[in-house]
Amino acid sequence: MTVYSLYVFDRTGTCLYYTEWNRKKHSDIARDEEFKLMYGMIYSIKSFVNRISPTDLKDGFLNFKTNRYKLNFYETASGMKFIMTTDLTVGNIRDVLHQIYSNIYLEYVVRNPLCELGQPISSELFHTKLDEYVRGLPIFPTRIS
Amino acid sequence: MGIFSVYIINKAGGLIYQYDHISQRPEAEKTFSYPLELVLKLVDDKIVVAFGERDGIKVGHTLLAVNGISLEGRYLQTDGQDAMEIIAAPENYPINLKFGRTRLTTNERIMLASMFHSLFAIGSQLSPEHHSSGIEVLETDGFKLQCYQTMTGIKFIVIADPKQTGVEVLLRKMYEVYSDFALKNPFYSLDMPIRCDLFDTNLQQVIETSERQGIGNV
Repeated sequence: MTVYSLYVFDRTGTCLYYTEWNRKKHSDIARDEEFKLMYGMIYSIKSFVNRISPTDLKDGFLNFKTNRYKLNFYETASGMKFIMTTDLTVGNIRDVLHQIYSNIYLEYVVRNPLCELGQPISSELFHTKLDEYVRGLPIFPTRIS
Repeated sequence: MGIFSVYIINKAGGLIYQYDHISQRPEAEKTFSYPLELVLKLVDDKIVVAFGERDGIKVGHTLLAVNGISLEGRYLQTDGQDAMEIIAAPENYPINLKFGRTRLTTNERIMLASMFHSLFAIGSQLSPEHHSSGIEVLETDGFKLQCYQTMTGIKFIVIADPKQTGVEVLLRKMYEVYSDFALKNPFYSLDMPIRCDLFDTNLQQVIETSERQGIGNV
């Protein structure tokens, strides 16, 4: 089990935060271009899922898998999007993404008077707390292969 | 429960086959008195609920029938009257309205198929690991979509219940049916829509068997 990367987007599509742990491949496009592509893909998947669905959905899109990785998606009521890419052995980590939002983002960014909302997060405290939390997860590998 | 629908997309992203197996679209019928509690608006010439969820009527549902007469777009099927005008007039109340999820038109299905074709490609481009394929399974709380791409680039897509098992096997079987009854048909031209009765019946058979077995495993 391993965690590759985490993307945090706000409701307008700005990438507030990006970090990676054991990511092996970096796409050949620039970082900010990659954020745009990721947000665009998620936006399209959401619309696609809502239209192709035979029934009414509550949460909508949850995750997708390819033969190499799994992309997990969580959206808050305010439209913030948390996207975590992991390997295929990881199960449902919706609650992990929710914990990142409620225990780390709210605690160290929203309640921090120096952090401006809607701007990329530069807080060192947020970064260390997040890193600590993700490294402590059971889905995070103890030794990096 | 079961398999909802099946799509086959050619290597260029064009929809060449589509089949709805079970369609259990939610519908809600209710008699209203004046004034109407719902806010309705016109979207693409269809009457859509914009505000006021109640009794199984959800935002985004379209108006399907007025007093038991089905609608065609925003007009009554019988005499072509505008349903918006009927709803606006107080003398027509109490009125019976039926709402439900919109049935996809063929054009919309073609558009969704090509949309998935590009999402599939983007999914592999954004991969954090080397040599990743495109999207194979996509899960939501209401259904899961499973996709199998053959060596020649044809995509078989099954939309099924999240708890349905054995979809992987069904996709391989569908490929078998495709090669046996579409490709070996001398009147079938490659990458064109599949119109062949033998293909239809065999595909349905494969779907039904896999559905029964899949439920048995749950």
